[in-house]
Amino acid sequence: MQTFASKNPTKLMLGLALALLPAAAMAQPTNGGGFTSRDGEQLYRAICQGCHMADGKGAQGAGMYPALAGNPRLAAGLYAALVVRQGKNGMPPVGNFLDDEQVAAVVNFVRTHFGNTYQDALTADDVKKLGKRP
Amino acid sequence: MEQKPGMSRRQLLALIGQAGGGAVMYQAMTTLGFAAQSGYTGRVDLAGAPKGTSVLVLGAGVAGLVAALELRNAGYKVQVLEYNGRAGGRCWTLRGGDTYTELGGATQHCEFDPGLYINPGPWRIPYNHHGIMDYCKRLGVALEPFIQVNFNAYLHSKTAFDGKPQRFREVQADFQGHIAEMLGKAVNANRLDQNLTGEDREKLLQALRSWGALDKDYRYTKSVASSLRRGFAVPAGGGLMPVQEPSAPINPQQLMDSGLWSNLSVGNETEFQSSIFQPVGGMDMIARAFQREVGDLIRFNSKITSIRQDDHGVAVTYVDSKSGGAAQSARADWCVCALPLSILSQIPLNVGPAMDAAIHAVPYDAAVKIGLQFKRRFWEQDEQIYGGITYTDLPIQRIGYPNADYGKPGKGVLLGAYIFGPHAYEFTAMPPPERVQQALAYGATIHPQYKQEFDTGIAVGWHRVPWTNGCYGMWTDDTRSAHYNNLCAIDGRIVLAGEHASYIPAWQEGAVLSSLDAISRLHAKIVAQPRHNS
Repeated sequence: MQTFASKNPTKLMLGLALALLPAAAMAQPTNGGGFTSRDGEQLYRAICQGCHMADGKGAQGAGMYPALAGNPRLAAGLYAALVVRQGKNGMPPVGNFLDDEQVAAVVNFVRTHFGNTYQDALTADDVKKLGKRP
Repeated sequence: MEQKPGMSRRQLLALIGQAGGGAVMYQAMTTLGFAAQSGYTGRVDLAGAPKGTSVLVLGAGVAGLVAALELRNAGYKVQVLEYNGRAGGRCWTLRGGDTYTELGGATQHCEFDPGLYINPGPWRIPYNHHGIMDYCKRLGVALEPFIQVNFNAYLHSKTAFDGKPQRFREVQADFQGHIAEMLGKAVNANRLDQNLTGEDREKLLQALRSWGALDKDYRYTKSVASSLRRGFAVPAGGGLMPVQEPSAPINPQQLMDSGLWSNLSVGNETEFQSSIFQPVGGMDMIARAFQREVGDLIRFNSKITSIRQDDHGVAVTYVDSKSGGAAQSARADWCVCALPLSILSQIPLNVGPAMDAAIHAVPYDAAVKIGLQFKRRFWEQDEQIYGGITYTDLPIQRIGYPNADYGKPGKGVLLGAYIFGPHAYEFTAMPPPERVQQALAYGATIHPQYKQEFDTGIAVGWHRVPWTNGCYGMWTDDTRSAHYNNLCAIDGRIVLAGEHASYIPAWQEGAVLSSLDAISRLHAKIVAQPRHNS
């Protein structure tokens, strides 16, 4: 469990945050509604880990977020790309913020981390074959 | 203003077009698509409930609470199962002493002073949301004005005016004044598409003068008339104090380029028009009032694990979300399921394929709110901002000032960020302390006092909220036409309710109306059933 009494640590880190202001973010979204990074890990850290968590293990509450770590569904890279582009159940179509190359990059990151070792990397052209976006 | 760069009619039309585009964009983003005025038709009449008929209500958010209250009053035997240890769902307030653990395990201890709070979910009630307004009245929930438009708050862009925030009143007066002047010129030069009679021309020019605070020559200038709207460079005083001095309008080209006009019209939308309200002391005063009425019907800390209906009733299994333990079960003749679809789509449930497809068709949006406590109410003391909202193109998007306790000594809490869109995902993905730091860093470019005065903060990213997995159900025109009616139709003995089953998504009014409509249809079906002696 990650715990913080918000007062002290935040205060200590505020000086740092102000010093770095305000370009500290890793994959800064543009005001046009998309993300600029081409790097799969940066995109994961900026979007996916909000639900699937930093360690890819998902979470449990009244419902859950599925783990990406050791998830056999990731064997099919195109399936993962489809979920990123179209969403699934409550998951929004976050691929709307990404182009096909970025979708491929983030899927490739997930499929080669968190204990996943799939070697068949997707390309932007593979993602394009999924057809039109919703 | 003699050297004011002129603007052609084409530029003017482009400007108005841009303003329209901005309004459309704004609507898509913050009215959440389909918000309309309430269709509330008054209190629900559920006469003739068959004696002993039972209803299980799943979820004690606003929709579930409305269902529980009305069905119990109608004579039904009601039981409510709720995941949290409190009623209200997204009708929620964080105060000092509260502890909030989000998905992933990060725990925040709210250290606000007594009386200070943020509403992580809904924070305002438009006067035309007649359903939720009526429940506030019935349940004795005191309301106070929510300041939607504060003319002394800011409009801010990091790329305009060297990043210096501009007062809303100056941008508003100048944008309107410049447009009035340009239109006046077009009228005088007979450059409008349609020919006006002399009388119409005169009327239009008078209207423009009045609307834009123009001078006798239909010009928007540094004048008493314009300064009565935008403010004076030297304000009026008494005795031998300095004589009042008008202020100079912002250059029109600079104003257009700034884009600050894009947030001028927010308060013109019906759901943001005056009067608009908030419960005194926090939004959860509504939840607490409902809990006072129907709290005895609610089993808290109940995590639902399956929902199964047959010809005779509905059986629900659940586990205690605090202590765990063996699965327990509840049973009733009928079920009003007011769980968010983001949760319900993960629970085994036997409904027909149409409702099942609908339950799985609605993604839940990202949103983030961050509350910041400061050692003093500097926004009031230094900047004379009493309530209302500053809009910015920084990732924090909005700063909301408290709409109560003006002038109170001691600490104050403001809403340091209210974020939708890509930045909401990015902030949700940060650990909570980093969200607070980022809100401080960005906000300090608008209020430099942040650096000296910050005390403590708390941050809620809605995709990390353990009982909703998101903020609200996002419909599109396509998903509505394919699934909405199927979502709302009664399936056997189960009917769904919540903001997701309404045309007023993300608003409590949507939850109220959805619930009233669902229980009315369910009641009609129940009373129409052939009676069995069992």
